Amino acid sequence: MRPFSYQRATAPDMAVQALSAAAAVNNSLTQATAQPLAGGTTLIDLMKLDVMRPAAIVDINPLAQGWSAIDPGGENLRLGALAKMSDVAAHEEIQRSYPVIANSLKLAASAQLRNMATLGGNVMQRTRCSYFRDVSYENCNKRNPGSGCAAMDGVNRMHAVLGTSDQCIATYPGDFAQALIALDATVELTGRSGTRSMPFSELHKAPGNTPDIETILQPGELISAFVVPGRWPRSVYLKARDRQSYEFALSSAAVALDVQDGTIKDARVALGGVATVPWRAREAEALLKGQKFDDGLAERAADAAFADARGRQHNSFKIALGKRVVARALQQAVTMEI
Amino acid sequence: MSDQSSSRPSGFDRRAFMAGAAGSALVPLAARAGTQDARAPLAQDPALPVDVTLRVNGQDKRLSLDARTTVLDALREHLKLTGSKKGCDHGQCGACTVLIGDRRVVSCLTLALAAEGQEITTIEGLATSDRLHPMQQAFVDNDAFQCGYCTPGQIMSAIACVKEGHAGTDADIREYMSGNICRCAAYPNIVAAVKQAAPDIMKG
Repeated sequence: MRPFSYQRATAPDMAVQALSAAAAVNNSLTQATAQPLAGGTTLIDLMKLDVMRPAAIVDINPLAQGWSAIDPGGENLRLGALAKMSDVAAHEEIQRSYPVIANSLKLAASAQLRNMATLGGNVMQRTRCSYFRDVSYENCNKRNPGSGCAAMDGVNRMHAVLGTSDQCIATYPGDFAQALIALDATVELTGRSGTRSMPFSELHKAPGNTPDIETILQPGELISAFVVPGRWPRSVYLKARDRQSYEFALSSAAVALDVQDGTIKDARVALGGVATVPWRAREAEALLKGQKFDDGLAERAADAAFADARGRQHNSFKIALGKRVVARALQQAVTMEI
Repeated sequence: MSDQSSSRPSGFDRRAFMAGAAGSALVPLAARAGTQDARAPLAQDPALPVDVTLRVNGQDKRLSLDARTTVLDALREHLKLTGSKKGCDHGQCGACTVLIGDRRVVSCLTLALAAEGQEITTIEGLATSDRLHPMQQAFVDNDAFQCGYCTPGQIMSAIACVKEGHAGTDADIREYMSGNICRCAAYPNIVAAVKQAAPDIMKG
């Protein structure tokens, strides 16, 4: 690991100031010379691999007092960015009113990592692309812009089939982000000019021609909270993976339904493990809305969700798998007792 | 990969060698003491070790550490508490699991500086002078290991698993112990050990 300076931020202003000061000389944000440290489960790992090389670490854990509340009390659910994954997953009201959130967190990583990792850090975790994580591969457009992509014609079984570009096919690895994007969450950002909010769906950027730029975060800007409107007791997170536990998704689906008198009034579908960014399947949602549920409808919705999918040598199975995951998640959501 | 202090030549006592290497590595670093980054006045010079007090198994330990030092390396290389094991060093195997406060964490991905002021409990902190912790005893009783390398992490994780309320069924134990890999595959006996110790631990 390369040397870095370490400092603790005891107030949001201090964190923003320290991060933006160091960021003034940055190229792209995710290669920033200063990085906030929350749970550290991605950052320290990637620093040991020499993938991330910050010269300054700003420990924002002291901000947890103000930034880790779990508040389902009002019309909206508010989740502080420094809340731990394990605490949110274990929260009874989250389990009752937002099972898709609770289960997306519970099915991620291990008990130890969920105790460490925060919600904000979780949505910012980097891809598990093995070529991105191994610096002995020169050609990674995410690490070295313009250098090419070793995954395109490499071992790409784990890679994305949706949202790809000819520059990058790295999969967004998280689970929780799919729940957020499905539920129309808002992300609250704290930066040099105060606090701003935006749809969570705008946080991540598809790779396009600049796979090194992964989010719209500005230098020094931190995620301070997530806000989820409404309640979604009829919601499911289904995750298919190579092992039953402690593994990233090959394909996952976050599904939330509002069913009244047998008719689907509202439907939310998001996909994980198959796309370069947290992926909302609006075509599937449009097919479901206003319909009576049956297995045929679930299959048509699943087909719609993957209509634009493009597989490569080793990952085309994800298209068939992904459709089945969507259909099964819809079936589970329809039949769950709430 | 670029962590020079973790190079591991074989052929003689690795632990003694590493202790020496870690100590001598500080000399040239300290000699480079100098400019403070003007843009980040609170940050220390990365070339200098930082004074830190870690509370480990109920005792305060004053250390002077390179900022890169993880809790795992602080325990093993600086405090000679070698019970916590370095398996993958990337948070994937669980061999380094310790408790910070009442939470199980992987010490290999926790910076020592970030753990200051918190109670760290390691496998060495469990037994009293004449009595094993109930989870340690249960691992012995159930033959819940073969080579034993993952065992300290398994035991620390298992204690937390019980206290979290995740040891009610075999399926729960398997799910909530999945962050601790056992390449000898002693899993059935580990599940049995956790079940045996759970009532004792819940009684306090």
